[in-house]
Amino acid sequence: MYAQMVKSTGEGVKTLDEMAPEERAFQEKVDQDIRIEPRDWMPEGYRKTLIRQIGQHAHSEIVGQLPEGNWITRAPTLERKMILLAKVQDEAGHGLYLYSAAETLGVSRDEMTEMLLSGKMKYSSIFNYPTLTWADIGAVGWLVDGAAIMNQVPLQRTSYGPYSRAMVRICKEESFHQRQGYDIMMKMAQGSEAQKRMAQDALNRFWYPSLMMFGPSDANSVHSEQSLAWKIKINTNDELRQKFVDQTVPQAEYLGLSVPDDTLAWNEDKGGYDYSEPDWDEFFDVLKGAGPANHDRLDARKQAWDDGAWVRDGLLAHSEKKHGAKVAAE
Amino acid sequence: MADALFETLLRLGDNTLILGHRVSEWCGHAPVLEEDIALANTALDLLGQTSLWLEYAGEIEGAGRSADDLAFLRDAWDFHNVLLVELPNGDFGQTVMRQYLFDQFNLMNLRALTGSTDNRIAEIAEKAVKEAAYHVDRSRGTVVGLGDGTAESHERMQAALNILWPYALELFITDDTDADMAKAGVIPDPKTLEADYRATIEATLAEATLTLPDAHFGHRGSGKDGRMHTEHLGHILTQMQWLQRAYPGQAW
Repeated sequence: MYAQMVKSTGEGVKTLDEMAPEERAFQEKVDQDIRIEPRDWMPEGYRKTLIRQIGQHAHSEIVGQLPEGNWITRAPTLERKMILLAKVQDEAGHGLYLYSAAETLGVSRDEMTEMLLSGKMKYSSIFNYPTLTWADIGAVGWLVDGAAIMNQVPLQRTSYGPYSRAMVRICKEESFHQRQGYDIMMKMAQGSEAQKRMAQDALNRFWYPSLMMFGPSDANSVHSEQSLAWKIKINTNDELRQKFVDQTVPQAEYLGLSVPDDTLAWNEDKGGYDYSEPDWDEFFDVLKGAGPANHDRLDARKQAWDDGAWVRDGLLAHSEKKHGAKVAAE
Repeated sequence: MADALFETLLRLGDNTLILGHRVSEWCGHAPVLEEDIALANTALDLLGQTSLWLEYAGEIEGAGRSADDLAFLRDAWDFHNVLLVELPNGDFGQTVMRQYLFDQFNLMNLRALTGSTDNRIAEIAEKAVKEAAYHVDRSRGTVVGLGDGTAESHERMQAALNILWPYALELFITDDTDADMAKAGVIPDPKTLEADYRATIEATLAEATLTLPDAHFGHRGSGKDGRMHTEHLGHILTQMQWLQRAYPGQAW
């Protein structure tokens, strides 16, 4: 899940009776699973919340290139290098689909980029953790993409048409990403003592940050409630986190790795694992900018944007010249 | 003959390996998202070509070395790429100019290689030439766009060309290995590609409002025979080969 703590209207969810006629008609469409399209009437809060959510997701794809890009030049075989490059290229492509979806709501990609760089818009907390060994590339695919898929599969049914269609395309590629991550972990876990150590260390460092990806418990969150009513959020954070833990623990066992949680235990009654919550203070710190790699990530994006200004200006100037020449010729 | 063929395949594979490495360094840092995608795509194609060339090189050598062994376990003096591809990325303009100068050569060379008397080379070239044609389209368009863009972009592209052009000429030096291989119809004689290359580059530069610097190949180093690389190659290998060197003989 690449969208966390997305603010909604901050007000409670209205009942149908409290709504004005056009809002009521909108909500009824949402309730009947009829997609909302860019030209349809929509509440301003819905539009703004979606921009925040889709924008945060898009930014996460873009910033998410950095921790993985960190290992492309050091990937251990030609095949691994190519798979990683293809994966990072897919992520840039996901960023593109998502920015395009957000643009249908009346905000440009450049505006969203400026908001990312100024800190007004966020990206997922997970990308503020460093990738320190090759096993981290496995862990990112296995755990981070695994957690992302948990959220994105239901979002294929989200109420906003362009977002839903972007999710359908993204989900197809994400499952391949997760498989390649698990495959790296498998090789490492079956490898030498040093490789096993890397694999266990990667799981130790990425386990709790992966759980944080789902956001804090949303039982009392008015934002979540509204987003659920609008079907731009399909499941609660806790539902998805539980599903993720239940899916991942057996995978770790299969790899012969230990999940770094002493309290982890199967709970027959609920048919799922009991597990320890991540350190939410750390989560809020990371969101505020104090994560291990926040500064590096944003700095890299700012530098890319600033250093690239002359390129964007140059290409724009050229296309205007060509356009001018074409108009003059007509 | 087998030695010359082995060396020829290393030249082909090392050019694409080292350039692919350089291009992949941009990942996540490009000036615009479309370029991030395009650069990753180019790097991916180049590395795909590398696998094919080096795998065949290993077979010809007959010493049981795989493409990975050749990529990750040779030292700098056994690399046979031209100096152009190991130069640092510089600014985006320098990266794009280097790419165009290489892509144009690669396209012409691969076209000729599709008619190689060596069937395996012809097959690999057949596949790679399609990718190279796309790469040229893209890098050529960007060179024109930035050359004929703003005053700043024009100046940067001209500066890039001034640095890189002398290196590009190494691609057209024919040594004994090339001469033997060309005689056997395995590869085109590099120097016979030069006139056409030059004419094509000049046409692009005219459109880009850039001027070819008045330079002949002036570098005393030489990459393709491994005699004298730049200092940069050692650093590329330090990074690229690190895991394989630090943890030898492991499966990844």
